Amino acid sequence: MEKPEKLLIDGKRLDGRAPDELRPLKIKAGVLERADGSAYVELGNNKVFAAVYGPREMHPRHDQQPDSAVLRCRYSMAPFSVEDRKRPGPDRRSMEISKVTREALEPVLFLELYPRSVIDVFIEVLQADAGTRTAGINAAAVALADAGVPMRDLVSSVAVGKIDGTIILDLMKEEDQFGTTDMPVAIIPRKKVVTLLQMDGHFTKEEFKQALDLAFKGCEKIYEVQRQALKEKYAIKEGE
Amino acid sequence: MDEIISCVKRDYIIDLVKQGKRVDGRALDQMREAVVEKGLIKTANGSAKVKLGKTQVLVGVKLMHAEPFPDTPESGVLIVNAELLPLASPTFEPGPPRVEAIELARVIDRGIRESDAIDLDKLGIKSGEDVWSVFIDIDVLDHDGGLIDAAALASIAALTDVKPPKDEDWKLPEFPLSKLPVAVTVAKIDDRLVVDPCLDEERVMDARLTITTIEDGSICAIQKGGRGYFTREELEQAYDLASSKAMELREKLR
Repeated sequence: MEKPEKLLIDGKRLDGRAPDELRPLKIKAGVLERADGSAYVELGNNKVFAAVYGPREMHPRHDQQPDSAVLRCRYSMAPFSVEDRKRPGPDRRSMEISKVTREALEPVLFLELYPRSVIDVFIEVLQADAGTRTAGINAAAVALADAGVPMRDLVSSVAVGKIDGTIILDLMKEEDQFGTTDMPVAIIPRKKVVTLLQMDGHFTKEEFKQALDLAFKGCEKIYEVQRQALKEKYAIKEGE
Repeated sequence: MDEIISCVKRDYIIDLVKQGKRVDGRALDQMREAVVEKGLIKTANGSAKVKLGKTQVLVGVKLMHAEPFPDTPESGVLIVNAELLPLASPTFEPGPPRVEAIELARVIDRGIRESDAIDLDKLGIKSGEDVWSVFIDIDVLDHDGGLIDAAALASIAALTDVKPPKDEDWKLPEFPLSKLPVAVTVAKIDDRLVVDPCLDEERVMDARLTITTIEDGSICAIQKGGRGYFTREELEQAYDLASSKAMELREKLR
């Protein structure tokens, strides 16, 4: 990929978006037959599935917790999901993403209700275009709700960043690769608290605050789409 | 094996924090004493040992010939690796690195890489074929909490200690290091923020936030960990704490 001369031209981004605009977002709940809960998310060119199994008996048994369930997350990228072929199986990046995804979701779950069990969340990225961990978290939250796992709220997630000195919402691949900063954020929308926060690049304190504001706004929009996806599957329609 | 703590101790630590006190007598916004020793390892190009309270981390930097990445044929390569050695804690086991070690290495990698602390563009030798690779290897020797901060400080200290390799391909007068990123971790315990949690505090904390800042106070890396959450206000407080403590720690590098 060639580095474009500018990432922001006349206030518009390479794909024509305004700095505070999300990519087109589609979410569907209950898309996999065998899983207890599932969801599919398309965010721009990202295509991501999430499946939830459980609460079910924890194997291996030495990983059981006597007083609570364990949330186990596995983020994985399909070998064909990126330009070069990605070697299948977990690498250091996906292991770290699996960990922060788990920590982003744990605060909304009542794990203490299911001692000795495990709730498995599997995230599979089929097509990647920056922001896959946030798309994965959005899908996983809907899939957990679809599985009927008791939750305090959903978790909504989006990345914010900086390109050509401007704070932007929802980075696409070119902006992630050639921009200055990438900061994925996940929040519990009703509580307005942050459950995932990572950042690399450069922010002053003011830019950091501005970026957080933008992330909260973006997450609220995503939250609406997540709720809509669940309503579409579970609302009782007229005539039923 | 995870870190386990008794309910009595947990309640004790939380009660102390509620009163603005800590299990080792520090103030909530006080770091443990940090001691930096440079140049201990003759076989490395640069090295440093950091003691942060009872935590001990040793970092060695090696400069080696390597093949460049195809998309940056003229730039050097930075590789950070961390080993949670079994000698450092009863909960560390031999074997392939677990996610804790991977996260540790990746957070430190981001702090150094994203601040452009090392000018990797100057570390090319022959375009597309040969470049300098900077290996930062982190050995955790004694784990009493605060591994990210100790390892990040030891890494940047070891980089300031790097002497040019005796190699005809090395043309630079000195190692091209231009910034000093420093990581400081803030833990949230019972809705209070405490700086530089020790191991007992890490066992009871709800969440942690590591913020890596450079000399001008701007941020180059952030990592949240733990199963709790932070409010907006707490994030800003954590930044203020981390950036001011980083200034203090940076003094230790001189």
